[in-house]
Amino acid sequence: MSTNTQLLRFITAGSVDDGKSTLIGRLLHDSKSIFEDQFSAISKTSEKRGMAAVDLSLLTDGLQAEREQGITIDVAYRYFATPKRKFIIGDTPGHEQYTRNMVTAASTANLVVILIDARKGVLTQTRRHTYLASLVGVPHVVLAVNKMDMVDYSQARFDEIVAEYKAFAAQLNLHDVTCIPLSALNGDMVVDRGDNLNWHKGPALLEFIETVEIDHDVNTSDFRFPVQWVCRPQTEEHHDFRGFMGRIEAGEVSVGDEVTVLPSGRTTHVKDIVTYDGKLQTAFAPQSVTITLADEIDISRGDMIVKTDHLPPKVEKEFEAMLCWLSEAPLDKNRKYLVKHTTRTAKCLFSRIFYRVDVNTLEPHEVEKLNMNDIARVALKIQQPLVFDSYEIDRATGSFIVIDEATNNTVAAGMIA
Amino acid sequence: MSKHTFTHLDALESESIHIMREVAAECKNPALLFSGGKDSIVMLRLAEKAFRPAKFPFPLVHIDTEHNFPEVIACRDKLAQDLGERLIVRSLEDSIKRGTIVIKDESKPRNPFQSVTLLETIAEFGFDACMGGARRDEEKARAKERIFSFRDEFGQWDPKNQRPELWDTYNTRVHAGENIRVFPISNWTEMDIWEYIGREKLYIPNIYFAHEREVIRRGGNVIPVSHLVQPKPGEKVEVVTVRFRTVGDMTCTAPVESIARTVEEIIEETATTRITERGATRMDDQTSEASMELRKKEGYF
Repeated sequence: MSTNTQLLRFITAGSVDDGKSTLIGRLLHDSKSIFEDQFSAISKTSEKRGMAAVDLSLLTDGLQAEREQGITIDVAYRYFATPKRKFIIGDTPGHEQYTRNMVTAASTANLVVILIDARKGVLTQTRRHTYLASLVGVPHVVLAVNKMDMVDYSQARFDEIVAEYKAFAAQLNLHDVTCIPLSALNGDMVVDRGDNLNWHKGPALLEFIETVEIDHDVNTSDFRFPVQWVCRPQTEEHHDFRGFMGRIEAGEVSVGDEVTVLPSGRTTHVKDIVTYDGKLQTAFAPQSVTITLADEIDISRGDMIVKTDHLPPKVEKEFEAMLCWLSEAPLDKNRKYLVKHTTRTAKCLFSRIFYRVDVNTLEPHEVEKLNMNDIARVALKIQQPLVFDSYEIDRATGSFIVIDEATNNTVAAGMIA
Repeated sequence: MSKHTFTHLDALESESIHIMREVAAECKNPALLFSGGKDSIVMLRLAEKAFRPAKFPFPLVHIDTEHNFPEVIACRDKLAQDLGERLIVRSLEDSIKRGTIVIKDESKPRNPFQSVTLLETIAEFGFDACMGGARRDEEKARAKERIFSFRDEFGQWDPKNQRPELWDTYNTRVHAGENIRVFPISNWTEMDIWEYIGREKLYIPNIYFAHEREVIRRGGNVIPVSHLVQPKPGEKVEVVTVRFRTVGDMTCTAPVESIARTVEEIIEETATTRITERGATRMDDQTSEASMELRKKEGYF
């Protein structure tokens, strides 16, 4: 196995009826990522449940708590590798709480595979999945037209579905959409190309996810460094060392660059970029590094270091955002919540709910409160200024979570407009 | 814009460093659980990468079952000393003396009791966050657990009541008496661990490499002979070339037959093996389909 492989995170959107579990099972099975003991465990269970063939969906099914209480836990993670890439699959089972689960899993994904049944074509749920993918800004979308075996591997049927889908997707903010015909059941165009879809000139699913360009999935233009932790060893050897530790969320920085610290606005230069493996001349997203500065400036966790000549982020106490409400307790406009944004946590108030989006029709509706799974445009007032970009420019500095101080639960996910 | 190489190991490493720094910054009194096994040795290197040139802003803690392989304990002590970091060891024997653990059969695995001593240690020091080296690829209960896994005041995991975890924005908040288990290497696989051990040239206990060992075969498992496990009448002691894929309780950790004597050879073997790590080596996970889930609910890692 090569150690120079990249990591790609993806999710699959679709229901059991679309063959989602079969597709994941097929990917794992044909790429030889299922182990014998796992296979024998699910074979035993399939037999016990009186199934004729081994049910590959059992691989992601699982906890006793889920079986006993008839619930599904929102996201399970699965791992597999090919010689070209390592993959993390965020698997979101079930129909219930679909919005909440998909938003959660999509938040870290490079790519989403939206599954549809070739017989049924583009359905309401296809539109919903696609809207959520665009809302969460998943960089790459694959429309996997499954069950091609049930439509005689018809190119005309595939073309018809693709045309309808592309017309819909064009209204949304999606940058990279790839359509692939396949049969998860028979394995056509999943890992192997098979013999039934020779008219398809594009890549098979695995080939596509192995090769799609992901270097630019993080923002590479404007340097953003939220300070996580201030390192002051105060030992004899490192007496005056004062390093700012964090992960570069966007762009890159070099020794000598002029930087501005926000929200204070003070400027200085990068003295050193320190890592355990030695000093660097240049560092880039998403590296975790330690930066030392030429001048002594008061900097603490929650501040952000940016490059002075780059596009400045906003520093504001009020902004609008798209919000996905995750909690069973509805949003209460009279209450204060906490916002955690990059490395800063502050009190907030929701000053206005502009509208709720119907995820099936994409129509806006006026509402007074938000319930679990609702997506809405809101206005927030924060107790202290946040340093942010719009989510569209930078997922890392444009996203936040909302925490209920009474329960400490994470109750919402926000994307700054 | 120049193109930088950023491999999967770089990505995983940076993610883990970011998680550890969030713990240091947001938790009042964290600890890093360190056993001397390969995953926790990787955790130590990640902590060095996260916090040097300073000391770790947390102690290392080991909950010792006293059923550990001596090579692993020696490695634990050597690494903690080489790093100059504080190591706190609490033993199941202490809980046995206190009467909070009652052992009926000395030859049985002690893993189920580890939760008791762990919770007592958490209470003794008032830890609000414990970082551990568990991975999601190990077991299906772990596959569904968060990186920041909230525990109630009894240390219990409630799988259906987990906090949603979005982006890399972690909710670390707990009320007094509650705590969080944090798994910075959640997204690493067994292969990633070995590749990283190779890349970083990490010192690991020699029982991970192929060696000759006295074993007996019992119920389809290969069991190492030790002072805790002796052959029963009719059982034959064999000398076999084996290595350990995991190093837990001596009574329930089975070695695999292997001739891999270097990290490179282990990587090669890991790439071609057809059995999962726990499936091959942990008899305590085989007792029921939900054994790990049940232990986690009781406060186990």
